[in-house]
Amino acid sequence: MGNKGVFLDRGIVTTIVVLCLIPFLLQNSFHYEIAIMCMLNAVICIGLNMLVGYTGQISLGHGAFAGLGAYVAVVLSTTFEFDPVLSIIVSVIVLAALAFFISKPVLKLEGHYLAMATLAVGIIISIVLTNEDELTGGPDGMGVSEFHILGYVFENDIQWYILSAIFLVFSIWALQNVVNSPFGRILRCIRDSETAAKAIGADVPYYKTYVFVISVVIATIAGSLYSYYTGFISPEESGFMRSIELVVMIVFGGLGRIYGAVFGAIIITALPQFLTFLHDYEHMVFGAIIIFVMIFMPKGIVSLFDVLKVEKKEPKKDNT
Amino acid sequence: MVELLQYSFGGLTVGFIYALVGLGFTVIYNSSKIINFSQGEFVMIGGMAAVFLSYAKFPFVLAFPLAIILSALLGYMLFKLVSMSSNSSVTSLIILTLGYSIFVRGASQVGFDKQMHTLPAFISDTPISIFGATITPQAILVIVVSLCIVTGLYYLFNKTKIGKAMLATADNKDAAKLVGISVKKILIMNFMISAGIAAIGGIVLTPITSTNYEIGIMLGLKGFCAAIIGGIGNPFGAVFGGVVLGILESFVAGYLSSEYKDAVAFIVLLLILFFFPGGLFGAKKSTRV
Repeated sequence: MGNKGVFLDRGIVTTIVVLCLIPFLLQNSFHYEIAIMCMLNAVICIGLNMLVGYTGQISLGHGAFAGLGAYVAVVLSTTFEFDPVLSIIVSVIVLAALAFFISKPVLKLEGHYLAMATLAVGIIISIVLTNEDELTGGPDGMGVSEFHILGYVFENDIQWYILSAIFLVFSIWALQNVVNSPFGRILRCIRDSETAAKAIGADVPYYKTYVFVISVVIATIAGSLYSYYTGFISPEESGFMRSIELVVMIVFGGLGRIYGAVFGAIIITALPQFLTFLHDYEHMVFGAIIIFVMIFMPKGIVSLFDVLKVEKKEPKKDNT
Repeated sequence: MVELLQYSFGGLTVGFIYALVGLGFTVIYNSSKIINFSQGEFVMIGGMAAVFLSYAKFPFVLAFPLAIILSALLGYMLFKLVSMSSNSSVTSLIILTLGYSIFVRGASQVGFDKQMHTLPAFISDTPISIFGATITPQAILVIVVSLCIVTGLYYLFNKTKIGKAMLATADNKDAAKLVGISVKKILIMNFMISAGIAAIGGIVLTPITSTNYEIGIMLGLKGFCAAIIGGIGNPFGAVFGGVVLGILESFVAGYLSSEYKDAVAFIVLLLILFFFPGGLFGAKKSTRV
């Protein structure tokens, strides 16, 4: 088996074409905001999917990591007047160190215990962010300085759209190359049977830590960019519900599927915007949709495409 | 000294509420090995339903059982949904119960409302003074009710045939079926009992802490911490965990910082998971390949 990296394949080309066409549909700032939110969430989900979908390690704390990462970057550049790019780099280093530090005891756990431990870490982060109001502005949040890369200031929606789109395409491309590499195969092996992975000589804790740190770093970058884009940050973005939302996105889209995370992120991000006409019924409908998908499409939304594919290519497939 | 006693009373009261929530986790876990992330919502529904029934001029003796039945029905519905789901991986069950909790919270927002509500104390409002510290009769009621429930559960699981059938179901569903246990009935019973216990917790705590549609989130998480501290699956463990947690929280709030009170449960949870993964009373577990 050749392990040549994928440079461009049908999926990526389609994604790029779609991303180029979408701006023609966006009519106002609000539409752009939803589109950018969808893309940055998709990026976080791609990283999270690598951890949950490919390696089989659930995390209910990634919203908090994204929020904390955003806070570190934003506080550095707003309060201490660091360069925004430098702030994000520092934030990435801090969060990577944190993730590395906690990964060892946390990732030893499995199943519900792992879920609860990551959730606990997330809630502690969120409580700290809410209470350290001298730095973070407390529950009311804080304004964020403008974002520029080497003096080029990002100020309008189209610039942010392009930046997010590039980031998204790059993430999809990177994930695709990772999962199809020997590294990716070991990750899937860990998911399917940790004992088997150990038996073939894989250093399981090393791989788990590696993926955990990478997913936290991706969340940090995407979370920071989102705060720079909106010009505002509040502890709500690191809350319990945010972390849940992220996991719902990837499960909804399809665990362990490259485009699963992307579709899930887009649908779950955009759906509440379309459900606002339901007013108070919004949450109820949202919960019902999650339940419905979990019961009738346990493999996620992208499994719908598989049905189409199977019908086209292998019409006479039988289960022998 | 009076301060210490006062904080302990406060902690005990909250602790027994956590214990009731933790017991709910224990009951479902004991028969199905599922951690129900919507447990907190059953607590909330119990309290809210009792409040609104009493607004509708129902006397307490009618309102409370109805609230408990409503919650138990929601437990039954959750069982139906869980058994409809073909994929029983841990992740999808977690998402399913989380989805259910969002649904129930949303439904409560529509069916009831978003305001804070409270009930008058059931017995009397006059605090009782013990060595200078005070405790309300309602708090004593919470403690007594919790102790009764845990004793009842202990009796149920260890002394009755049905309880033994429940434990057998948890241990091995197929073997349980072979000896003639109706696994489905047992599971339904457990989901309903669990939701019912949670609702009782929600009702007795309402006069103390008030209630609204959002209280379930934190209560559920802390109840889970309680269950883990004591080793999940053990009713007395859940009570012990709840009490320890409640008292710790109350001391931290009193002596250290009230802002970080909510973090205590999660720090304790992490320490327990890292150092005693089976809970303080749990046995070491090994996985079969």
